[in-house]
Amino acid sequence: MSVAARAPGQSKPWRVLTYVFLTAVALLWLVPIGGALYSSFRPYSETQSKGIFSLPDSLSFSNYTAAFRQGGMGGWHGTFANTAFIVAPSLVLILLFSSFMAFAVTRFSWRFNVALLLVFTAGNLLPQQVIFKPLFALFEHTPWPDLLSDTDTGHLLGTKIAVIIIHVAFQIGFCTFVLSNYMKTIPRELNEAAAVDGASVPRQFFQIIMPLCRPALAALATLEFTWLYNDFFWAVVLINRGDERPITSSIANLGGQFFTNDNLIAAASMIIALPTLAVYLALQKQFVSGLTLGASKG
Amino acid sequence: MSGATEHSPHPRDVGFSITRRQLIGGASAASLAAFLAACGSDAKKSDSTTAAPTTTAAAAAPTTAATTEATTAATTAATEEPASSAAGTPAGGQVTFGSNYSDDKDSRAIKAALDASGLDVKINTTDHNGFQDNITNYLAQPDDVFTWFAGYRTRFFADKGLIGDISDLWADFGDYSDSFKAASTGNDGKQYFVPFYYYPWAIHYRKSLFAEKGYSIPTNKDELMALATKMQADGLIPFAYANDGKWPVQGTFDILNMRLNGYQYHVDLLAGKESWTDPKTKAVFTMWASLLPFHQENANGRTWQEAATAFEKKEAGMYYLGTFVANNSTDQEYLDDLDFFNFPELDPAIGADALDAPIDGFLMAAEPKNADGAKELLKALAGPDTINAFLAVQGSSVAANSTADVSGYTKIQTKSAELVSKAKSIAQFLDRDTSPDFVSNVIGDAFAAFVADPSQVDSILSSIEEQKSTYLS
Amino acid sequence: MDSVSTHVTDVSDSPDVPDVPVVAALAGMAPRSRRRRLRYSQLQRSDKVWLGLMVGVPTAFHIVFVWLPAIATIILSFTKWDGIKLGSWTGVGFRNYWSIFTVFDSKFFPALFNNLILLVFLGLCSLVGVLLAYLLDKGVQGSRIYQSIYYLPVVLSLAVVGFIWKSVMFSQSQGLLNLGRDKPIDFVGDSHKLFEFHLPGLDTPLGLTRNFAAILIAMAWRHIGYVMVLYLAGLKSVDPSLREAASIDGCTEWQTFRRVVLPVMKPINVVVLVISVIEALRAFDIIVALKEPIGTTVLGVLVKKNLTGEGGGQVGLGSAYGVILLLLCLGFIIWYLANNYRKAES
Repeated sequence: MSVAARAPGQSKPWRVLTYVFLTAVALLWLVPIGGALYSSFRPYSETQSKGIFSLPDSLSFSNYTAAFRQGGMGGWHGTFANTAFIVAPSLVLILLFSSFMAFAVTRFSWRFNVALLLVFTAGNLLPQQVIFKPLFALFEHTPWPDLLSDTDTGHLLGTKIAVIIIHVAFQIGFCTFVLSNYMKTIPRELNEAAAVDGASVPRQFFQIIMPLCRPALAALATLEFTWLYNDFFWAVVLINRGDERPITSSIANLGGQFFTNDNLIAAASMIIALPTLAVYLALQKQFVSGLTLGASKG
Repeated sequence: MSGATEHSPHPRDVGFSITRRQLIGGASAASLAAFLAACGSDAKKSDSTTAAPTTTAAAAAPTTAATTEATTAATTAATEEPASSAAGTPAGGQVTFGSNYSDDKDSRAIKAALDASGLDVKINTTDHNGFQDNITNYLAQPDDVFTWFAGYRTRFFADKGLIGDISDLWADFGDYSDSFKAASTGNDGKQYFVPFYYYPWAIHYRKSLFAEKGYSIPTNKDELMALATKMQADGLIPFAYANDGKWPVQGTFDILNMRLNGYQYHVDLLAGKESWTDPKTKAVFTMWASLLPFHQENANGRTWQEAATAFEKKEAGMYYLGTFVANNSTDQEYLDDLDFFNFPELDPAIGADALDAPIDGFLMAAEPKNADGAKELLKALAGPDTINAFLAVQGSSVAANSTADVSGYTKIQTKSAELVSKAKSIAQFLDRDTSPDFVSNVIGDAFAAFVADPSQVDSILSSIEEQKSTYLS
Repeated sequence: MDSVSTHVTDVSDSPDVPDVPVVAALAGMAPRSRRRRLRYSQLQRSDKVWLGLMVGVPTAFHIVFVWLPAIATIILSFTKWDGIKLGSWTGVGFRNYWSIFTVFDSKFFPALFNNLILLVFLGLCSLVGVLLAYLLDKGVQGSRIYQSIYYLPVVLSLAVVGFIWKSVMFSQSQGLLNLGRDKPIDFVGDSHKLFEFHLPGLDTPLGLTRNFAAILIAMAWRHIGYVMVLYLAGLKSVDPSLREAASIDGCTEWQTFRRVVLPVMKPINVVVLVISVIEALRAFDIIVALKEPIGTTVLGVLVKKNLTGEGGGQVGLGSAYGVILLLLCLGFIIWYLANNYRKAES
């Protein structure tokens, strides 16, 4: 892991100041989460009467077990499973499709390259609510065989597949944008040489270009995983059944008609944050190195 | 990156030790397995509210999940048993039930009620607020029977033909009073709604506090103002107040309007037939403004639970809210000490016999997949057994069915039943008595602006009147 | 940022590409000669099919599921519809837009102004993110830990961020920021303005409300980490030899940053700018999670409340709000792409 050379002339006091500043900011950053984490270990009656920042009478995991059970998180039809069902295929398809597009657009000349890139970049920046109503109607009137459906509604509406479709359609905009910038830094000589040697387009793609794009793909996978995982809007709108909804609905399920147990929700939030945190920590190195976006020239 | 090489680093150099093939293979296998398992098992889905599934393995599958985990998960799915709520074999087969009883106590209560019906019911639970917000999308593919509220909210969907006519069932319902039947009737005179339970809004107080300070229950406007002044002099906040979510203060408006202008004016105003700039409406806001100094300030940034806590701690003397206020605490001493009284009359000519008592109940879809089963279920839900089972768990609302078992009622429940039975007119609460879009887009913001700054009343009222025609036409 | 090229461009055309002897060696050829990009007509048949699929399938997906509904929404903005039954809409021409600007002006213009405030604010947050990235890039001990901490809010969903700030930090009765106060500050509900001014022709004054300022703090918590990570990625790819050369030449740190690092970071700068602008325009999740107190409305919230809602929503009106939002987003996108395209051409 490369470390930037220390600029000469950087004195000790400055370094100390930098450390102090960074640490102070880090502590500040952790305070809100710390408060939520602390109250997640305490029963509601305690924080209701004594306040959140008070000494505990008892600390326990009961909020966590209750959140897991009541939020419907576990099990084959729990919200975690539903999230996996939506996120995993979406991620694969998004990265695949955008790599296709980026490859084609950067390696070959077309008359409408510019237009395509424009369409994709602009498409990702559309607000979600702007397209939801017609999309809803579109899905409602698209018949879908039960064999391929996860909820047997007879049409696409109400299936998690519909959510996968819209995620893919939406996110390939951003990923094409990033990947095409990244692929432009890959010298064209590479696949031209391969083409000269008789490699077909798919071979060029899978064996030459894709391996070189791995850092960018890892970075995008991390970003996309976070976005897909935390999406709330599409799942609520398109999926009708409470037990088909993904993880973000778990928190809503814990709120009652009037009464909301804040500590329970805090516990649920912590549980829900774990996968995204884990993915980020696992891919952190690649994430940072993969987002060069063609900036290395200079 | 150091060095002169321009191309991207080898994956191994950046710690990516899984090869491309493994990555894509693993991800595809994981997603394929999940896909197949879900499709294959959808014929045997378990009911969601009591999910005690056989597999405890958390099925979160990041893209690098091992394929073995996915395959074992796939095989367990195929052997999962269905878990419906009762083992009965009804005439019509399984009935689907859409429920917004999402929190723990409510979901157990409704399950008990459905078990008591003796029918095979599959429950589909959605979170409470999301269910309402999403209702028009839900009605595109509804369950056979689903939970809903009486009043305008039902009539609105009846007018659009989205819910089923159950007048034939109502012909046999003998256990409901006339006001409940009226609340279940659509604009076309047919019945659509089955009432289940209700809860009144009233001024809550703590008996020990009133005894200690020598307060007495006010019965008219002068006594109310005198009590509030006395409380303030004693160092208490007379009324706890909150408006987080922008719905609680609508209760204040409702009761003041019904006390000053009568029930009929209130209903007409909300239906759009009276004007918000009318002097009669303005009088309500004038009264409200005179009461606001006796309420907790900064209500817009407080949840009702925080206000209820202040009330419980005797920082505030009274709290005008629904009887669900008790849900905020498990302190038995407080719950025994809790009591309420009807909001006093403000105009002797009008009296105090109208109140807000929202009724929750059930509707049938316009075209249910299992029409016979749906009607069976509604008949069962209209009977005393189901509500008895429900209240045995929930313990705070009052049964709408007049033959329900009241022997287990708490003092509050008994008093609520008494209060509502004496009322001549029952309103459903503002956000159930008018167009919900009107409330969420206009009224919510307008009332919050009034509470923040009562001096703006004229511009607030004229903007409500101006914007109302977009939503109420 | 590299241009979106059309026909004949070549990596070797740009003067700032350094030597690539390693790559050339790998490719087994002499140091590069001018080469044209492959033309479509030179490809074999099967390759053409492949390329057709590679471009066609994603494009079809994108257009059918994103652009067609967007166009449908534009059309719907000229109707009045309750969203329940297809075909039950009625055309009303520009009436929805007229309503927005006359009947709902007391909601619309303050919302628009809040979006503008958000724009400026997120820009400032980006600067803080840049600062943090720069400091971390200096190779401090434990920079990985600092990175993870700053990025932590980004992995949380916006609903969770809103909930945490509302209950833990802002609550009047038990929030940390109100601990020990006799008169607690109403961070969430106080809609009085910190500053306000009147635009001619508008009844409602525009300004920044106190509770929106509180929401900005919560959004900063998230946005700063996001920008920091992006910038850090870019900084790590800056050739250290460049910086050494600059410092040998006697530049101070600030001069080095301005003259050497910043220009190289231009692509990242652009991405950060685009992301900040779009987030400022599209924001609504956190505000909805806080239950939309008055004074904190933004355009996204207006769209959501009208388009979705219990009564089916006022689809026409909501779509009109959406179209306005769309135009603002598109306007910016077109400006940005045109800018870059033109630069590449010159």
